[in-house]
Amino acid sequence: MSGAADPSPRYDFEALLAARCLALPPRSVGTLQLNLTKLCNQACRHCHVDASPARRERMSRETIDDCLEVLARYPEIRTLDLTGGAPELHPDFEYLVVAAAALGRQLMVRHNLTVQLDPHPLTGASLAHLPTFFARHRVEVVSSLPYHQAYFTDSQRGAGVFDKSLEALRRLNAQGYGQPGSGLVLNLVYNPVGPYLPAAQASLEADYRRELRERHGLQFNRLFTITNMPIHRFRLHLEKSGQYAAYMDKLLAAFNPAAAEGVMCRDLLSVDWNGAVYDCDFNQQLGLRAEMPLHIRELDLAAALRRRIRFGDHCLGCTAGAGSSCGGATT
Amino acid sequence: MSTYYEAEDLKKFGEIGRHAKPLADEFFRYYGLVTGQDGALTRREKALIALAIAHSEKCAYCIDAYSTACLETGANPEQMAEAVHVAAVMRAGVTLAHAIQMNNHLDKLVL
Repeated sequence: MSGAADPSPRYDFEALLAARCLALPPRSVGTLQLNLTKLCNQACRHCHVDASPARRERMSRETIDDCLEVLARYPEIRTLDLTGGAPELHPDFEYLVVAAAALGRQLMVRHNLTVQLDPHPLTGASLAHLPTFFARHRVEVVSSLPYHQAYFTDSQRGAGVFDKSLEALRRLNAQGYGQPGSGLVLNLVYNPVGPYLPAAQASLEADYRRELRERHGLQFNRLFTITNMPIHRFRLHLEKSGQYAAYMDKLLAAFNPAAAEGVMCRDLLSVDWNGAVYDCDFNQQLGLRAEMPLHIRELDLAAALRRRIRFGDHCLGCTAGAGSSCGGATT
Repeated sequence: MSTYYEAEDLKKFGEIGRHAKPLADEFFRYYGLVTGQDGALTRREKALIALAIAHSEKCAYCIDAYSTACLETGANPEQMAEAVHVAAVMRAGVTLAHAIQMNNHLDKLVL
């Protein structure tokens, strides 16, 4: 089971694929996802990175340049997806965005909204300029908002986060984000506030659109539903509350072969702050390195497409129900 | 068994067919048709109705199952609480409506 976090054969993902005669080889490397830093201004209860203001890991300028060199070498990698922690807290975040934009790549940032308003946890600096900066470089913004009401959002992300998120969304809307015809994309991310599966993406998107517009005058482009991964902080919560087995059983019972076909690891590579390469950000957080060269600077794209993706019990989170990925449901 | 209701028993619901499987199969087919898909009502609306009935019928298993089902169909705690209030006022209304029967009987008895 590829070093998976749970040794229980009951949740052996590779055995499940074999029993269903499913093979999931890589299809492309359309996206390079960089986890720039584990530093975050928040410490969300479900965070699979265990990110927080106390974390210090961050990618070196040298490794960032290695990633840019890979992008220049392989135009097939069309999208650069920046995540963390809060990637904007990295001192070279803007350097990277400017350089990648010059290479003509689609840029996405996993932006937690509140980082616009909170002082930098280390320097105290304001990041209020981020909406302007994102707009100038046409960065696609992907932001977590666990619900269109405060109760769920603050339960998961901390007291007061909902109100701050609304203010940050107002500032993005003011730059044109989420507005028809602007070309500035603002997508929101829903994930359940506990051990249950997300509701249907289209239905929730309609709710969000109506509630955010009517109650708060806010707009966005799309809503992505994401399933909580049973790893790290969320897994610890499940174990402490005696819900781990029930959640894994739920994921297993909801296994959907069509969702499995669309798992994101088939179309991306994930890079950690040290430059090591993984099949996805979840594998990265579990230390399951991809079966390929040790460092991103050594990337051989043709070889990467021949690699065997490493799976573990946590992959049940991406294949349950309508599926789950960094771009939402996969079916 | 220390109590009649054990949360773990919820997952044994499928075993009700142990001694009458064809009937249970029919029930579960019907159950799936009614609750498992959008129809004239959405799955969310059906889950909220089921949650209200779970309270009215005082079924601990159903309250657990349909609290989760409500969340998994996108309902929120405000909607869930209102659904329970619907169940509560229905029970209160049913009780109070029978006061008419009481009044009718009083009319017969009292000189």
